[in-house]
Amino acid sequence: MTAEQLTRPAATFTGRSVRRKEDDRLLKAQGEFGDDTPLARPGYLVFVRSPYASARITRIDTSRAAQVPGYLDALLPAEVEELTDPFMELQPPPGDAEVDRCLASNGVVRFVGEPVVAVVADSREAARDVAAAVVVDYEPLPHVVDARVAIEESAPLVHEQVGTNVAFEATYDWGDVDFALANADHVVEVDELHFHRFSSTPLECTAITAEYDAGTDSFTFTGGFATPQLAVLNLVGALRHPASRLRVVSKDFGGSFGVKINNHIPATAAGLLARRLGRPIRWTETRTEHHYAGGHGNERWFRNVKLAVQDDGTVLGVTYDALDDIGAYSRYEPLGAVIWTQVANACYQFKHVKVRYRSVYTNKGPVHPNRGYSRMQHMWLVERMMDLAARKLGFDPVAFRLQNYVQPEQYPYTTVNGCVYDSGDLPRSLRTALDLIDYTGARALQEQARGTGRRIGIGIGSTLDSGTNNFAQARLLNAHIPFSGNTEGGLVRIGADGSIYATTGGVAFGQGHETTVAQVVADLLGVTYDEVHVQRGSDSSLSAQTGFSGSYASQFAVTGIGAIRNAALKLVREVQLVAAATLGATPEEIELHGGTARVITDPERALPLAAVAGIVHFSPAELPPAVADEVGLVGRAVYRAPFELPDLERKYGNLTLTYATQVHACVLEIDEETGEVSILRYAAVDDCGTPINPMIIQGQVHGATAHGISAALFEHFGYDADGQLSAANFYDYHAATAADLPSFAYGNVVSPSPFTPIGAKGMGEGGGAPLHAICAGIQDAVGEDGIVLESFSPPERVLRLLRGHNLEKARVTR
Amino acid sequence: MSTDEDPHTITVSVDGQVEEAVVAPRTLLVHWLRDALDKRGPKIGCDTGNCGACTVVWDGLLVKSCMVLAAQVDGGSVRTAASLCGSDGTLNRLQQCFSEHHALQCGYCTSGMLMTAEDLLDSGDELTEAAVRRGLKGNICRCTGYHNIVKAIRAADGQDVDQDAGEHEG
Repeated sequence: MTAEQLTRPAATFTGRSVRRKEDDRLLKAQGEFGDDTPLARPGYLVFVRSPYASARITRIDTSRAAQVPGYLDALLPAEVEELTDPFMELQPPPGDAEVDRCLASNGVVRFVGEPVVAVVADSREAARDVAAAVVVDYEPLPHVVDARVAIEESAPLVHEQVGTNVAFEATYDWGDVDFALANADHVVEVDELHFHRFSSTPLECTAITAEYDAGTDSFTFTGGFATPQLAVLNLVGALRHPASRLRVVSKDFGGSFGVKINNHIPATAAGLLARRLGRPIRWTETRTEHHYAGGHGNERWFRNVKLAVQDDGTVLGVTYDALDDIGAYSRYEPLGAVIWTQVANACYQFKHVKVRYRSVYTNKGPVHPNRGYSRMQHMWLVERMMDLAARKLGFDPVAFRLQNYVQPEQYPYTTVNGCVYDSGDLPRSLRTALDLIDYTGARALQEQARGTGRRIGIGIGSTLDSGTNNFAQARLLNAHIPFSGNTEGGLVRIGADGSIYATTGGVAFGQGHETTVAQVVADLLGVTYDEVHVQRGSDSSLSAQTGFSGSYASQFAVTGIGAIRNAALKLVREVQLVAAATLGATPEEIELHGGTARVITDPERALPLAAVAGIVHFSPAELPPAVADEVGLVGRAVYRAPFELPDLERKYGNLTLTYATQVHACVLEIDEETGEVSILRYAAVDDCGTPINPMIIQGQVHGATAHGISAALFEHFGYDADGQLSAANFYDYHAATAADLPSFAYGNVVSPSPFTPIGAKGMGEGGGAPLHAICAGIQDAVGEDGIVLESFSPPERVLRLLRGHNLEKARVTR
Repeated sequence: MSTDEDPHTITVSVDGQVEEAVVAPRTLLVHWLRDALDKRGPKIGCDTGNCGACTVVWDGLLVKSCMVLAAQVDGGSVRTAASLCGSDGTLNRLQQCFSEHHALQCGYCTSGMLMTAEDLLDSGDELTEAAVRRGLKGNICRCTGYHNIVKAIRAADGQDVDQDAGEHEG
């Protein structure tokens, strides 16, 4: 603690860039990640995986494997079918006929890397040897790896019993896009755009430890579980075990970015084996396994895209057909089919939006939610179309966006589908971003570079980061899903010696929740930041959690902090009751300040919090019985986001509480000979309302920026015609290194949310702004020579763009 | 006659402590450090030597411990990130700079980053931004975008990094 912190009065930690509580243990190599915890008598689990995209399993022989020294057990698909129930499916018929288990089901494999057998041995090495000795015979079946082919009548079915490869289909029709297109001054049409497949690929792959205690017939699962109570529900359903005897714990967690949300699936296999063997089971996913089966981001085709534009530059609306390639299992999908509608308008004042959306099975790795989940794909499409329309119709790209943005005075702004954008200042955000890249200077640089073999391009990406879901949106895909609204829990208590403890229902994987929780609690309790002890990770058996607890959908600053704040306020009330009774005042006359509860008008009359704790915990007879009966020095509270049920018929209603904005701008250079793209300048302007810790916010912006740039230029989960993944390790899947990236200029605008407890908005996902900005920058550099219709721009594609790529796919029809 | 299967007895100084152990010939240094000694500095983030999360120093040389066999380090000395702070737990200058400049989020790459950064700081090279970025090429971070890591290392080198932060109020 610094001297400054010690002498500073209370109510000063929130809003400051205090150093993180998490840092000390992590910097000293004393964190506890999934594979760190030593175990007594561990069994190591390894999955035997499918080498085929689609095949019938004709024989499994584990007899040789059982002879390998160290062998303990092998779990087969038939046993899983007998011992477990399939995981819950969200989609209505016919997609609900899909069967998803922890090992390949119904005798077939559906993607390369799908687990077929789970073996256990007494060392890591032995487990690999055992897995290598398992013989599985396959009879290859026809497969499909392209969603556009998968929707054809003749396509092989990924799930025979579903009877179609379309897992879910819906048409969203708000306003009257057909009228707008028929009457607009101009229509810009594009045949097809493609948002490619990638993921945030957290550096720690998944590690799960399953323990079964026979004495209490209870399971404990330790690992990264981003939604602990939903993980419990999934596990108890699969394992047919009571929730009261199943616990899910997370400690330090090496990144998730959404993709680890389905860890209950491999955990089910580990749980079965832990119970059967009576020893703890550790599964440590390898990088290659993570790339095969750990979850990809949604790949999406946009076809028959039309944008209606007026002579004066007003954009009226957009329409397209979406094919969302979800891979072989739906899992969290088809929620992506509704999640995008949180940002149906993107950043713009559209009046008409019509989308036919299909979630399509293919024989590829399943998609999981990934940073920017489903909104990023739609906003990329909108930004590409805005960019193309400006170019094709001769509008200035900056003025065109400024004119069509939702304007600062229009907030709260209701979108075409009833979502309410809470606050923001997009024009100011864009101007700030352009200042940071020296837009005028960059245009001059662009002119100078002409004819030198280097092309300079300037790109803009405007996005929203919608946060705090209304879970009722799940009813838009299946009216029978009994979800609505959103809550989070928090617990703050004072221990016997006066120590202060805080527990949040959220699950951190790098976002610094221990820090921001301590900042808020310290201010409300009138103590220093260092005096607040925040529980690391999460534990489903602790009462802080609610059903929706967890970290997803950019919400902690609203839900997690809102709950902790409510809990701390309850605790303050209890302290006031005790202090008032002891000091001879009314509770309303007591304030918490400097580690004491004191009388506001007579601060000399004060009780240290340790004394309050001492009375409550050890000397309750000193208190009036009514106070002693009421006070336990535990504040447990819930934050409830104010939502209503949407109109399912019209698919209309507010689906998210807050909308942070990210406006990015870049200057990039293309080498005409190699097609290589270098980023010369990069600016990210963030607006997430009232900040709790600006340093952490900036860190999240940097991270999302790096993910987006890397995805746009380097990262691609491509599949070849045989259905083999072409990027199953960090050689072939190039996650950007420090040498690939520039420093980022950061700017911020603060538009407090009128809807949240302290004006903060959830943030961190970033809306994929760099993908939009880089595609626009490449387009700007390429000029009229080609059209950027793919989100992924490796050098070979950039070279094609310089030679007319896609020119035939886009046109102005009026 | 020894075969490929025979275990090796090794004696290694790890973070200043002499360790004797019997290891299988194929045991990787990273697995021995983690599983036998509970050293949590070296982490595993890939199977291919790309990510650098397992970076340690072996006899003064910066190595990825997934690319070295435990049997190879017999008679040598290995330092992990656990050795960086003072014996009383005080963070060293680089660690302090990492915290001050928010150069870590989930913390999984951090130990490897610190080892590589210490090596850069010891190299005597002029640590321009480009030099630091080149030096970090073998360490992947998926959280920070490297911006603050580069800044923290340059700060630990004694450079005034707050000037070029590019922060801007809109």
